[in-house]
Amino acid sequence: MQAGQDPLEKVVCETTVEIKNADGLHMRPAMQFVDVANKFNCDIIVSNSENTVDGKSIMQMTMLAATCGTKLMIKAEGADAQIAIDALRELVEKKHFDEPLPGDRKE
Amino acid sequence: MKFADFVCFEATIPELQAKDRDGAIAELVTSLDKAGKLKRGSREDIIKAVIKREEEASTGMGKGVAVPHVKHPAVKDVVAAIGQSSVGIDFSALDKQPVYSVVLLISPVDNPDKHLQAMESIFRRLQQEKFRKFLRQSRNSEQIEDLFREVDENPAL
Repeated sequence: MQAGQDPLEKVVCETTVEIKNADGLHMRPAMQFVDVANKFNCDIIVSNSENTVDGKSIMQMTMLAATCGTKLMIKAEGADAQIAIDALRELVEKKHFDEPLPGDRKE
Repeated sequence: MKFADFVCFEATIPELQAKDRDGAIAELVTSLDKAGKLKRGSREDIIKAVIKREEEASTGMGKGVAVPHVKHPAVKDVVAAIGQSSVGIDFSALDKQPVYSVVLLISPVDNPDKHLQAMESIFRRLQQEKFRKFLRQSRNSEQIEDLFREVDENPAL
């Protein structure tokens, strides 16, 4: 088997993201995360310092109780792992779930 | 976070009278109000706020459980009430199945971290099939309280 040629070869990607929005990973952001994760075929697991959960399960994601400033490790395994990781990173860090940052004034 | 730290067992409703989502939410908020957990005169506003939140996205996560919640200035600390329905309630749940166990959670506006910790405690248990089964089998408030206190004392369960 030629390395890097097999389309079924397991691609594994890992990254660490930081929760930026002030309210943390409460249910609505967790749902956004799960929605994005479920667009991909790869397996996605997410860990904090204590738990590792299925990134495609809303119940499990809510269990992370990731507050603002928490770092989460995302690991994706499968052919589309890299684009999945990129999309999740954008959601968490760049778009911060379209929620206010700690410095933003509340209405 | 322990359940005993935020669940108001006095407000438990072992058999919800309501057959629909909004009715169940109103019953549980009213029960918390009667238990003295909400700022006087805020009941109606909280019911509306919880329903509004539910309209945005159902908190019926599947497997017969729902966790309607809202952040509201009428509470100084996180408070929850548990309600059970033997017939099942339509919460527009993700799996389209009826809901038998409802955990209503009201959190203060200025403590997002504590809200997350309470959610974590709730989902850690509701994820367990065994726990959901015991909860559904509970016939009265005492049995429900015993169940939550038991898992408080035995985190490994």
